[in-house]
Amino acid sequence: MLELQELKKSFGGQPILKGVDLSVEKGDVVAILGPSGAGKTTLLRCVNFLEPADSGHMTFDGVTYDLGHMSRRDILALRKKTGFVFQNYDLFRNKTALQNVTEGLITGRKMPRAQAEALGMEMLERVGLADKAGSYPSQLSGGQQQRVAIARAMAPQPQIIYFDEPTSALDPELTGEVLAVMRDLAQSGMTMLVVTHELSFAKNAANKVAFMEEGQVVETAAAHSFFAQPQTDRAKEFLRILNQT
Amino acid sequence: MTQRLLDILAQGFTRILIPGLTMTIPMTVLAFSLAMVVALAIALAQFAKLPVLTGFSRFYIWVFRGTPLLVQLFVIYYGLGQLGLKLPAFVAGVLALGLNEGAYCAETVRAALESVPVGQLEAGECAGLTWWQSVRRVVLPQAMRTAFPPLGNSLISMLKDTSLVSNITVAEMFVAAQRMVSYYYEPFAIYLEVGVFYLFFSTLITKLERWGEKKLNAYEYK
Ligand SMILES: Nc1ncnc2c1ncn2[C@@H]1O[C@H](COP(=O)(O)OP(=O)(O)OP(=O)(O)O)[C@@H](O)[C@H]1O
Ligand SMILES: [Mg+2]
Repeated sequence: MLELQELKKSFGGQPILKGVDLSVEKGDVVAILGPSGAGKTTLLRCVNFLEPADSGHMTFDGVTYDLGHMSRRDILALRKKTGFVFQNYDLFRNKTALQNVTEGLITGRKMPRAQAEALGMEMLERVGLADKAGSYPSQLSGGQQQRVAIARAMAPQPQIIYFDEPTSALDPELTGEVLAVMRDLAQSGMTMLVVTHELSFAKNAANKVAFMEEGQVVETAAAHSFFAQPQTDRAKEFLRILNQT
Repeated sequence: MTQRLLDILAQGFTRILIPGLTMTIPMTVLAFSLAMVVALAIALAQFAKLPVLTGFSRFYIWVFRGTPLLVQLFVIYYGLGQLGLKLPAFVAGVLALGLNEGAYCAETVRAALESVPVGQLEAGECAGLTWWQSVRRVVLPQAMRTAFPPLGNSLISMLKDTSLVSNITVAEMFVAAQRMVSYYYEPFAIYLEVGVFYLFFSTLITKLERWGEKKLNAYEYK
């Protein structure tokens, strides 16, 4: 469904992604793990073109793109098939929860308003926030904002949703409600690529793990085998440190 | 106060208020509308980093902020007039005021656009909006809310600056006052009176601005 080959990106001459290869099948929930600074955020941003990659190829839904030469039109078309959930939620601050969900449908995809609103309410219900449809982001808790953000990403029925540490800006007591929504989404068959520090999510909800270090995916494995028998020394070390804390 | 002075002030009430309502206010409204169009175009061109237009925008702001409004007014009215482009004085006044204030407001709007966190734009693009849709639907509404109070100040200074167009024969409030002074020779009372009219109108604008700000604050987003 999604395949990355040799994705490279540098900032100011400093290589940050040094040729990332990654493959995601339809229905996969892939957890990207790795130490801080490994390039996980940069990878997701390149995959959705928030940062232009320097080179590499992406195959999405059977079509291969040269990441070094993307046209605006291809970028927009690809974004319409994907969803993105940010670490800091980034809900539209001038819009209500429902408008946050429907904006991309109405303005981006020209869906009739009534249909978009019905779909938007359905999405808010799925994340347990139908009663907050008229609230502005400033009136919602962090966990609620992130659930609205997930509803916003789900609404257009994308082929994949990217998550960048969706719970790491939240107070610990609020992470549970967001993870529950994500588990539910994973069970519904949504393809997900999730950068996370939540080992429990990676263990229980993901079927694959991609371990990143210093700008590369150094190990990819089925989730259970990654945690049971990590292959590389770096992954072993990473898990050992995390398990201590 | 003598009876004569009271009569003069009473006369002044209508003789100054009428040009105020028929000249000063319409000129302010039209020039400010022009300033807003100019400001939005210039601020957005810079925000979009359009290569040629950004250069032009910087140049425009440099020229219009770096020269006196009175000089701009004379160039547009007398200068263009000499070259054969004779604009009615009122139109020349609207142009000069609008183009001048547009340069200042452009900086206000640009700063407001840049104050919106970049994540708002990126979230729009990730939701399947184009860059321009994200700006129009998400970034600009937030920026205009930030820009609203300083733009209100600009509107007030524009109201006061309309007095400058008395220099190119537009019969607005200040010209009416000058005429009365030369007739009655009571500069103190009459100039004070016209000052009170400006104060009245700018107070109205301030009230409108407060009211507008309250409306915007209904959303209460931070
Ligand atoms: N816009 C940028 N300009 C310059 N350097 C950047 C930029 N964005 C990221 N970097 C650098 O790229 C490297 C990887 O950053 P990235 O945010 O992708 O790491 P990460 O794996 O997401 O880390 P974390 O777990 O802390 O979120 C870091 O060294 C960072 O300083
Ligand atoms: Mg990160």
